[in-house]
Amino acid sequence: MSTASLALSNTAIQRTPAHTLAIYAKEAKYEFLKNLRLRVYTASVISFPLMFYVLFGLVLNAKERIAGMGVPTYLIATYGTFGVMGASLFGTASGLASDRGLGWLQVKRASPMPPFAYFAAKVILSLIFSTIVVSLLLVLGIGFGGVRMPVLDMARLMGTLMAGSLPFSAMGLAIGYFAGPNSAPAAINLIYLPLSFCSGLWVPYIFLPKLVQKIALALPPYHLSQLALGVVGAGRHEPAITHWEVLFGFTLICLGVARIGFQRDQGKLYG
Amino acid sequence: MIPNLAKIQTPRYESQRERTLVASLENASKNYGSLRALRNVNFSLSAGEVLALLGPNGAGKTTAVKLFLGLIEPDSGKTQVFGGNPRNPENRMRTGAMLQVGKVPETLRVGEHIDLFSTYYANPMPLNEVLVAAGLQKLRDRKFGDLSGGERQRTLFALAICGNPDLLFLDEPSVGLDVEARRILWKEIRRLVDRGKTVLLTTHYLQEAEALADHIAVINKGEIIAEGTPAAIKALASGKRIRCITMLNETTLLQIPGVTDVRQDREAVEIHVREAETVIRTLLELDPSLSGLEITTAGLEEAFLTLTQENETSTRYH
Repeated sequence: MSTASLALSNTAIQRTPAHTLAIYAKEAKYEFLKNLRLRVYTASVISFPLMFYVLFGLVLNAKERIAGMGVPTYLIATYGTFGVMGASLFGTASGLASDRGLGWLQVKRASPMPPFAYFAAKVILSLIFSTIVVSLLLVLGIGFGGVRMPVLDMARLMGTLMAGSLPFSAMGLAIGYFAGPNSAPAAINLIYLPLSFCSGLWVPYIFLPKLVQKIALALPPYHLSQLALGVVGAGRHEPAITHWEVLFGFTLICLGVARIGFQRDQGKLYG
Repeated sequence: MIPNLAKIQTPRYESQRERTLVASLENASKNYGSLRALRNVNFSLSAGEVLALLGPNGAGKTTAVKLFLGLIEPDSGKTQVFGGNPRNPENRMRTGAMLQVGKVPETLRVGEHIDLFSTYYANPMPLNEVLVAAGLQKLRDRKFGDLSGGERQRTLFALAICGNPDLLFLDEPSVGLDVEARRILWKEIRRLVDRGKTVLLTTHYLQEAEALADHIAVINKGEIIAEGTPAAIKALASGKRIRCITMLNETTLLQIPGVTDVRQDREAVEIHVREAETVIRTLLELDPSLSGLEITTAGLEEAFLTLTQENETSTRYH
């Protein structure tokens, strides 16, 4: 039987690295276009952090000071964290849950697409939208909130938040593998919004109730926001390495959960 | 040429084909919990042929396709594609698939979807050729979400063929297509086969299987219940159908030698027989007032019904 099969021209088709790279690039490009045209995505991911920032940072408390600095500067770090978290969770989880549950991922898996390209595209998408949100926050802060920051600090803030997108992309993949196609957005909000509040992204940490302050220490967004606040000079002076360790460990846990979901899907009707 | 597979298949349906094996299921079984989707299924695809997997909804057609695509693993038995595991990247590179999908990203345009899938393959067809083949020339810049059901099907077909694959799996390709679109699809499938491609299509349209396939496997409740050329499948249920208005009751009719089935059809009865002539002679003797006599040949549609019903009876009583 194998001889008969070999009778077919069985020339192994190998991809060149350039071809593989082209696939990753195109997958990311269309993932970006797809979401850019999705109003639900752009509205929840970009508009919400900006609206909150304008309201609480520029309209209501612009003249107040907190942790030795103007509120508009402080809130760029916390709403930046909030925005990055939203872009990353929605960028990965909702698309994955719907692709999985409604059969599209199966069409992709049946094709010769390198499986990792699919996930990479979602992570890249999250990074791009995270960059957009943080950039817009900076533009608003500098333009209307009197925020003054050395360019180097801006770059460091951006870099910190970009890196912080990765744990939440991993978390999004984990949610995407366990949420249903229609319940995913609700599931994300159910996690995203309480996490944001308890981590001090809306109300600064020092104003949180004592109990919530204790809870915050266990929450990944708290640690990312402290790193971002550290860049602008308003951190709580915990060692940065601790925050990075927490985020790194959290990423590994999420990837582990996502992997369980990935393997669970292999034997199912859909996946 | 491939003795072990020839043996596996029911010999009386096996035609004498020159076979170069492209893909096969060998004793494949698949359960979803307590639901038995496939039971010891054997069949194979030869190079350059169109095989139609014909069966009602829930028969196991999609499960078979998913096995061939490596999307699921059989609980027992084996799936082979190009002599290896269907999951091999080289095999995926030579395979195209059209599956039933609940939701396709709606904000991407037809041309963009095709562009992306073409990138996955080593030697894709030019975009314009794909658009023409799938009848999508005018829809290139239309977002998927703005397409009609038939246009969506055509786009999925385009994604299946854009990589210029040697082997195509089409799961219910003509669902939701109007007559014109179905004609384009059939023409395109024939053109692919002319170019040496191998096609497995699943369908519950008997006409479609008869029109396209070199080989038909009839599947019901997870089992292949018949396999052969369309002519062979037809011959399985060869026989005639007599329709007439008669005073004779069902019991009497069933006692006439050569009568296999009797059904009431409004004022008339439909009598299924092996040979029409002898039965008609007896009928006219027994009922001189018999009227409205019609004799027709059982089509493939009939064959299909007969086959699945026989199978149900046999599983019930054994």
